Amino acid sequence: MSALPRAEELGLIGCHVCGLVCRDGHVHDQACPRCGARLHRRKSASASRTWAWLITAFIFYLPANLLPIMRTVSLGDVDDNTILSGVVELWVKGSPDLAVIVFTASIVVPMLKFLVLGTLLVSVQRRSMWAQRQRTMLYRLVEFIGYWSMLDVFVVALLTALVRFNVLSQVEPLPGVVYFGLTVVATMFASMSFDPRLIWDNRDNDD
Amino acid sequence: MTSPGHGTTRMGANTPSTTAGLLICEHCDTVYRRRPLSRGEVACCERCHNILERHARLGPDHLLALTFTAMVVFVQANIWPIVTLELNGRPSSATLWGTIVTMWQQHAEVVAVLAALTLFFFPMAKMLLFGWVFWFARRGERGPGFRSAMIVLHYLGPWTMSEVFVLGAMVAIVKARVYFQVVPDPGIFAYGALMLLITVFGTVDLRQLWDVTRERSR
Repeated sequence: MSALPRAEELGLIGCHVCGLVCRDGHVHDQACPRCGARLHRRKSASASRTWAWLITAFIFYLPANLLPIMRTVSLGDVDDNTILSGVVELWVKGSPDLAVIVFTASIVVPMLKFLVLGTLLVSVQRRSMWAQRQRTMLYRLVEFIGYWSMLDVFVVALLTALVRFNVLSQVEPLPGVVYFGLTVVATMFASMSFDPRLIWDNRDNDD
Repeated sequence: MTSPGHGTTRMGANTPSTTAGLLICEHCDTVYRRRPLSRGEVACCERCHNILERHARLGPDHLLALTFTAMVVFVQANIWPIVTLELNGRPSSATLWGTIVTMWQQHAEVVAVLAALTLFFFPMAKMLLFGWVFWFARRGERGPGFRSAMIVLHYLGPWTMSEVFVLGAMVAIVKARVYFQVVPDPGIFAYGALMLLITVFGTVDLRQLWDVTRERSR
């Protein structure tokens, strides 16, 4: 059908650790002869694992955005910030360009991950042939940008460690930041669990 | 006609007689025949445009030198304070470990653990393992534990976040500048240098080590 043969058709498996191309022995637990890692044609239970991580991430995502992530206390004056209000404050008082970066890392990137991975999962389960190359590129984008969302977590951690002037000024982390960190970790596991080869497996799927 | 896949050769539809010299795209499962890349060349998958292979510009010697540099910079980034804030002449500064400990004390233990792993333990493990495999790769050898080291390095992949921390430090500085006087400390410059080194390592394909090394003859 296609001029480009696929490993599955030729009875080959590529080792995901060292890249060595091996003959598919159709044995369970076949190990790579070069590095010893276990070989697999596709990531096992990729779709269900990705869904599980994605749903977990979404459950954490709600409190991460609704609860405040940071408290600033200065002379008895208490000010709680959520992720969004932190971005707004940065825009108004600090620098708009950094506000754009934080907005992208903390709000756009996680949303994009939910949307992209959700779309990929649905289209893969429907064995869609639609825009396969573009969907693979979207996957690469999500994989590449994913961990930058950790930005806000590190900002809160640093400010907490720095602003320690007792009654004059004090910064404390609030539960939102913990949920946000967990969201980022869960979305990273979600994108790692997804096997982009499924996008191209639309003929006879064995999963 | 240009060569398909820019740096790879298309396969015929028949099962190849040998698997040596083949390459499989990890994103779409397409099989290619490898061919040597010249300087600056990148092999791309024709089907999904994934990068299959890059020309290995840096050999084990260069990589070992860069790893040593990264180690020195990493130590500095960890022992020196990152920034100092001043309020009415009273200074307050923070190091990476100070930050981690503070988060733990402030009941954000999850954040403390995440930061300790992604900013200290994983980067350190990565550098030590780099040092180990490159040291032997210089002589074309695979040292003891080479296989395990390569597998661990594969899984450590995206879990080191020093470069995100650098950006986080910038944002924290800008936020703090509104209320305090901010003095950058040597730690932030060490982190800046570390970020540059990470960018260089980002283009390195570790899999080349399997091609340039052999098991040690005993």
